[in-house]
Amino acid sequence: MKVLYYPGCTLKTKARNLGDTAVESLALLDIELEELSRWNCCGAVHSLADDDLIHLVAPVRVLIRALEQGGGRLVTICSMCYNTLARANRVMRDDPEKRKTINLFMDEEPDYQGEVEVVHLLSMFRDEVGWDLLRERIKIPLKGLKIAPYYGCTLQRPREVGIEPVGRFDLMKHFIEALGAEAVSMTSADRCCGSYQILGNPEVAKDASSIILADAGKSGADALVLSCPLCEFNLDRNQGVLFEEGRISKVVPAFYFTQLLALALGVDPRRCHLELNSEASIGLLRDKGIIAS
Amino acid sequence: MNKAQTHPTNEKQNQKIATGDRAILPDGAKTVPIYVMGKRYEVPETLTIMKAMEFVGFKFIRGAGCRGGICGACSTVYRKAGDYKLHFGLACQTVVEPNMVLTQIPFYPANRAVYNIEEIEPTAESVYALYPELFRCVACNNCTKACPMDVEVMDYISAIKQGDLAKAAVLSFDCIQCGLCASRCMGELPQYHIAQLVRRIYGKYIQPRAEHLKKRVQEIDSGKYDGIVKALTEMELEELKRRYLESEREPNMALPGEWLPKDQEYL
Ligand code: FES
Repeated sequence: MKVLYYPGCTLKTKARNLGDTAVESLALLDIELEELSRWNCCGAVHSLADDDLIHLVAPVRVLIRALEQGGGRLVTICSMCYNTLARANRVMRDDPEKRKTINLFMDEEPDYQGEVEVVHLLSMFRDEVGWDLLRERIKIPLKGLKIAPYYGCTLQRPREVGIEPVGRFDLMKHFIEALGAEAVSMTSADRCCGSYQILGNPEVAKDASSIILADAGKSGADALVLSCPLCEFNLDRNQGVLFEEGRISKVVPAFYFTQLLALALGVDPRRCHLELNSEASIGLLRDKGIIAS
Repeated sequence: MNKAQTHPTNEKQNQKIATGDRAILPDGAKTVPIYVMGKRYEVPETLTIMKAMEFVGFKFIRGAGCRGGICGACSTVYRKAGDYKLHFGLACQTVVEPNMVLTQIPFYPANRAVYNIEEIEPTAESVYALYPELFRCVACNNCTKACPMDVEVMDYISAIKQGDLAKAAVLSFDCIQCGLCASRCMGELPQYHIAQLVRRIYGKYIQPRAEHLKKRVQEIDSGKYDGIVKALTEMELEELKRRYLESEREPNMALPGEWLPKDQEYL
């Protein structure tokens, strides 16, 4: 099966550990993620100002590119890209006035009315691949690893584009279990990690991340699983800093869901870009015997 | 050379159609109205914007260079009667149209970063550090619409954001640095300066080196051609002329590598 794929800029630069492992894993599941041959940045954040239509131009342009290349379904992985694209798509589908204004502004492109369906890769596992098939294909079950699902803000909100209703975390739980690991729950699975406040207001972001990591520590999780590069930065790569500053007492590394998938499907760990994660992540996988020491 | 060689157009036609070579309108030549910075002028219909402006008395001190569509000095913006669209072109390449309203933009201020290409890390991060405004792009595509060279400007900016410098270098290859993209950018990006940096990085660090060129440079350095160069520079003029006229020439449509000269001593 071939599906159109929108990687987003970060998966091509800082978060290759999210993008590359997805493409390689999906190939092992007989699904080819076919990257759009032409695409631009999604805009990263959906503007909450009701009349800020210019920031919808970037995601709508991506959707037009997808329509040009066959349309139907567009799969994406980064939580922020997913959120931005799915929300722009809803505006184009449901709001005739904004749709008209945007189409008029983009008069060099064909008119767009929300024809493409934006799908997060996690939803595709639930709705199309199926947990049974995934379980069958696992070569190295992640036995002995306790993992807490971490959704962050953008996978479930707003409700209209959520991959699962707010407050329910079954999708990632089933995913974790299909990989042979144990899913543990924590109360702050959908608490904000501090997001891009880490740039302008780092104290606020560090406070936010520390609460989540302390909670993860209490829940008994060995690691978090997530799908957002910004969450990964705040909760994983920045963890050493949080520990040194005495904000957290226990290190709980985080992985992208696609990295754990790749490892479980038997992809060579050297191709899972663990070097881009925190040091603690490699240590944990060695301790659990999932990668050779 | 006689006159026929320099002006191959036939004489009859020359009288009817103004070519811009002379300021006096030939008999029967058709003119069209154009508006330069709002003022109406009647100009011969066959002229380029640049020649039409000179025809009515403008003199270019800036805003003209090569007159061949390659230096990017003569950026022009115009509108057509009854059309809300902005149009862009090179004054030296674009033929006038009746009722066009135009102005030239010989220069547009744009931020240009200072760097030492010898010391730069050949990565996308280096470009981001020098031009952080790159991330202000909202994909409005005004840059692409403004490009008189049909460069996919927004796409190369996207490629840089995706870390793909090679793709950006290739996409921006036809850029002539006219600056119209920057004049239209709502994110205030200096696209053409960013692209030039990317092409410099690409050319110096990323693009594979041509091995045959390296070999040839070594041959030159080792003195392989010194003798023949010396002989040529000391040669009598008549002998030099004779040799030039008798020299072998690769046929125009020869396939690469198919044709070889009879004298292969210096190959
Ligand atoms: S004068 Fe050089 S491009 Fe027009």
